[in-house]
Amino acid sequence: MNQAIFNIISNEGLTYKQMMLQLAQYGESCADILDYNPELLRAKRDGIICDLNEGIAPFRPRYICVDFELFMKNGSDFLGLKPATNLLEATTNLLILYTHIPSITSYPVYLGNLDTLLNPFIDENNVDFAREVLRNFLLQIDRTQTDSFVHTNIGPVASLTGELILELTEEMNLAIPNLTIKYDETLTSDDFAKKAIHCMLKTSKPSFANHEMFTKEWGNYAIASCYNGLAVGGGGFTLSRLRLATMAKKAHNIDEFLIDILPYYAGLMLEFMDQRIEFMVEQSAFFKSNFLVQEKLVNLDKFTGMFGIVGLGEAVNYLLNINNPKYGFGFNEQADMLGEAIVNRLNELLEAHISKYCALSNNHYLLHAQVGIDSDFKDNSPGIRIPVGYEPEISEQVIHSTKLQKYFPTGCGDIYRFDQTWLKNLDALLDIIKGGMANEMRYFSGYLADSDVVRVTGYLVKKSELAKLDANKQSINQASVFGQGARNNQGALDRRVHGSDN
Amino acid sequence: MEAIISQIIPFSNVDGLGNRIAIFLQGCNFNCWYCHNPHTINRCKYCFLCVQTCPTQALTMEDSLVKYDITKCVNCDECIKTCKHNSSPKVSSYTPESLYNAIKKYLPFTRGITFSGGECMLQAEFINEFSKLVSKEILIDSNGSIDFSKYPELLSIIGGVMLDYKASNDEFHQRLCNYTNEMVINNIKYLLNNNKLKEVRIVILPNYECENLNTINSAIELVGNSVPIYLQFYRNHGVRVEYQENFEPNQHTFDYENLVSRYASKGYQIFMR
Repeated sequence: MNQAIFNIISNEGLTYKQMMLQLAQYGESCADILDYNPELLRAKRDGIICDLNEGIAPFRPRYICVDFELFMKNGSDFLGLKPATNLLEATTNLLILYTHIPSITSYPVYLGNLDTLLNPFIDENNVDFAREVLRNFLLQIDRTQTDSFVHTNIGPVASLTGELILELTEEMNLAIPNLTIKYDETLTSDDFAKKAIHCMLKTSKPSFANHEMFTKEWGNYAIASCYNGLAVGGGGFTLSRLRLATMAKKAHNIDEFLIDILPYYAGLMLEFMDQRIEFMVEQSAFFKSNFLVQEKLVNLDKFTGMFGIVGLGEAVNYLLNINNPKYGFGFNEQADMLGEAIVNRLNELLEAHISKYCALSNNHYLLHAQVGIDSDFKDNSPGIRIPVGYEPEISEQVIHSTKLQKYFPTGCGDIYRFDQTWLKNLDALLDIIKGGMANEMRYFSGYLADSDVVRVTGYLVKKSELAKLDANKQSINQASVFGQGARNNQGALDRRVHGSDN
Repeated sequence: MEAIISQIIPFSNVDGLGNRIAIFLQGCNFNCWYCHNPHTINRCKYCFLCVQTCPTQALTMEDSLVKYDITKCVNCDECIKTCKHNSSPKVSSYTPESLYNAIKKYLPFTRGITFSGGECMLQAEFINEFSKLVSKEILIDSNGSIDFSKYPELLSIIGGVMLDYKASNDEFHQRLCNYTNEMVINNIKYLLNNNKLKEVRIVILPNYECENLNTINSAIELVGNSVPIYLQFYRNHGVRVEYQENFEPNQHTFDYENLVSRYASKGYQIFMR
């Protein structure tokens, strides 16, 4: 008997669909298709390189950001859909398309900039009808795209649709979809931003993306999955990660780390990414036959490779022999400067490496501050974050995040947990977000300490769904199990609560 | 010129609209029963008791003064518990320029700066000089005892004053705060006329319903519907034990929410905070 398969199909904690996906992953793991470098495989075994269980035979891009504007304009021949002419057709067309978008999770990681997509179909004289249609649309997404990495965007300009989405998001209090507002002080009204802040405090979404920064880097961009910045009509081929803190233990000193250790492992990971992307593009069927490609809803040239890191803070503290994180990364100029030096070194290595594809990013892979997985435990904090439980006062945390977030065009962000006082002064958070974005903060997330929907590391879960898993019951949301792991292994829900004066 | 500062809070969401840098100046001419940070009332008397009780030697005696080493401090507040003079050794002196240098990195993330205390207007000249260095809005949080009409330049620079109206009845005001309210009422009128009154704050005291209602009605009479009035229920937090009993039991026999909504329906800007 094949024990692995038996374990999957006898697991009462999995829904039918979750079971099917695990069986598919198992099947892929048996594919003996690509010959990986033995040194790479050793680095994986040592826990220094991690491919996020992406599977050994890459047969679709990890993240796909469909050009929904084009779809709204043209419909789809393959799906037999004409361009929508009213709100019901528009939401129906979108819901149909969503079920046909591949990804690492098999759920779509980007659902479009919903307010700009749907606003042309909203009748200002019949707001009640629009609200009902949108309510059912959002409900359908939550119950059928059952994975927290499903991500929607709104903004930057206020619209009736944007306001209705915020209103419904607050009222419905759902974990899916994830939501980002593209924020630009010169385009986003204070009123719309404050509605978004109120909604964020109550339901942990939307997060705020630095629209000016992402637009400069990408042009027309999407925020997908956790907080990944990618091109609309493209996406991310693959995402692997260096666990910097685990890697740092191979070095005897800072120079050895920067000169020998970091380039060695970065080189292995770049080679690994090249190999996977070449196979995906040249041999797997996706870029040849998928209707998204054929109908130009995605374009090969707009995909990039995402070079992830975790554990920068712990790596820096280890290299500087700092045992108490309260005196290390995030608290100490020298530690922060070393963090920046490591990120700069990585950028040099990425710029020196030519990828066959990734035309939009000038044939280079781009840095990503990955949000971590439960098997990182507390050894490698997400991306460049200060370890949970050691956060400084909010003023220092915000200023710290303006130093390094700019280096990560494919995504980087910090999460703040607030007490009730912030609800009474939405302008205070608006000021912080404005100041942050004006000073190269990339992405801002927050939530109230007592919310049911909470942001774990980049994605959202309901605490009430985690309680189901704790009781060995099924959770409809495929991501709940990651939230449970991150809560148990990393204390991800134990962030410092920022009050009125800290 | 120097000011004695007891605390700087880089990001505060409770000291006026928006995110503000709150700067607390040491020293107050009132001594209110419900003061929730009584260690800001007096300046140090150099009795050195706190030097003996500090568990981390962050406080030392130097040149007949108490020297405070912030790097050794663990914020256990043993010094404040020890102090018999309603003071704190954890204060620092700043010139306008050194204060500006200390806070400038926070400015981009804030709407402005709020001076509070203690009673910050006891060091009005300092605030005046400091305010010339920053372009963001300065607010003053005051007990209203210092005559604002004597500081026209300061008033022209700042965005406004958030004023505490502790009691309308002077006899009760004197019992409650050990100070007359005559100047407070004059200041409310003066600031209102000069368009510099941002808000009036009233603390609702348990066991003093009559005084509370008099003060609320008086505030409405003084400011009409042109300035927001905020009511806040008394809280025990930080209040000296010997004064807490004045407010026991901490409950109310009057429905203030109802009063607020009745006034609000008539167009007054009155809110519970």
